[in-house]
Amino acid sequence: MSSKEKKHSSERLQRVIELCKSVEERGVDPFAVDVDDIIATLRKCFPDWESPEELALDAEAIQYVASVIQNQGDWVKHRSTSLYTDPFLLEEKIQRLKKEELATLFTAVWNPIIELEQISIPSLAEAMKYWKDLVPIDERWQKNGPMQVAAGATTLEELVRLKILAEKTFREELEIFWEELKQKVGENEKIHYWNFVGADTYQETLGRAYMTSFLVTYGYATLELHPLEEEILIKPFTELKSELADKRMVSVPISVSPEEWMKWKEEKQQ
Amino acid sequence: MKRKAYYARKIKRATQLLFYKRHMKPGVKGWELKNALGSDYPKILKVLDNHLEKLDLQVKTVFEGEEPAEKPTLEELNKARFFITLRGGLPSKDAKMMGWRIDDIAGLATAISYIISKKGKAPRDEVEDLLRSKLPGWRVDINMNRYIKSGYMTEDENNMLYLDWRTRAEVDQKALVDILLGTES
Repeated sequence: MSSKEKKHSSERLQRVIELCKSVEERGVDPFAVDVDDIIATLRKCFPDWESPEELALDAEAIQYVASVIQNQGDWVKHRSTSLYTDPFLLEEKIQRLKKEELATLFTAVWNPIIELEQISIPSLAEAMKYWKDLVPIDERWQKNGPMQVAAGATTLEELVRLKILAEKTFREELEIFWEELKQKVGENEKIHYWNFVGADTYQETLGRAYMTSFLVTYGYATLELHPLEEEILIKPFTELKSELADKRMVSVPISVSPEEWMKWKEEKQQ
Repeated sequence: MKRKAYYARKIKRATQLLFYKRHMKPGVKGWELKNALGSDYPKILKVLDNHLEKLDLQVKTVFEGEEPAEKPTLEELNKARFFITLRGGLPSKDAKMMGWRIDDIAGLATAISYIISKKGKAPRDEVEDLLRSKLPGWRVDINMNRYIKSGYMTEDENNMLYLDWRTRAEVDQKALVDILLGTES
């Protein structure tokens, strides 16, 4: 196919797309489109398309033809419903009716929504309170420039007080927690998860579970799972095994719900 | 006796919720009624509807999308919007008192019926042309915007008009088409 013929075919496809678009967007009768003819054209042109742009245009045309076919289906479905009316017939009826007649007809099938608006004493009282507390507009809209503060040095204590820095670094806290784990384990090498994590309050328990997860992730300890016995044990390492982080990690979800905490507490008391 | 008092209390609450405007849009969503009245709210609405019948009012349900062909599920009801509407028609002379001029109502009837005949969507300029045949040009645009603002119809970015929630709540579309086609030409 010569480039002139190609250009001609490409223009034809553009026209097909425009026609299909008008069906969708302007509500044109979908049966005004000769789908068979369009498909024959697309089939004829397809072997000559080479560039991605040409193939994209072809795909777009097929997509629009599909939407026309869908519209034809919807049109047939609508015609078969009780709501189908010939628009021309209806238009003619509307043109012949007087405004008054039209309004009278419509009010026979129109059931307006009832909606009320009424102020109540409690809402009036609430509004009064709001009004009383409302700062005058000239005060609210005061244009205060940014406060100028002289630059100065700050201290570590000041940053801790402002909660910009933590008192201890996370790593320090984690190592203290690791020491606690090692002490609790003693000579047994391992300890039940709940016996280590469990605390007097649920909030504290959550904090300990959070820290424990980092002990395991960062290579300070490991978990031993016994699914049949439903047991989870924590085993601290004597030395930090940072190379663990480079190996393939497995996530172990452990539920620390209030119910489980209560159950642990009751078992402990017994 | 306890049961009767329970329903009386729930019906009172349902009436307050449905009659008084709570949001920008009138009506109450099913899930709001469920929260306020409990999961048996469809039953309470049915009892309320029976009470309202004597006053020529009704509880009207407008579903999201198309109305289910069979009995609606609780999930469909929770997503639906409930309104109180008139049960029977309204004399046209009373419609004037609701802030509608006879021109406005005739224009609304024309626009709605034209959109119905066009499978539920029609270009705005076609509807406006039809209205212009009976109304002065300057009123047509004002009226169309009013119908859209009130929720009778909605317009998309291609200036196509669709019927909106208020038409589904207030207008018996089939009856409108039948009544228009039944008129003597």
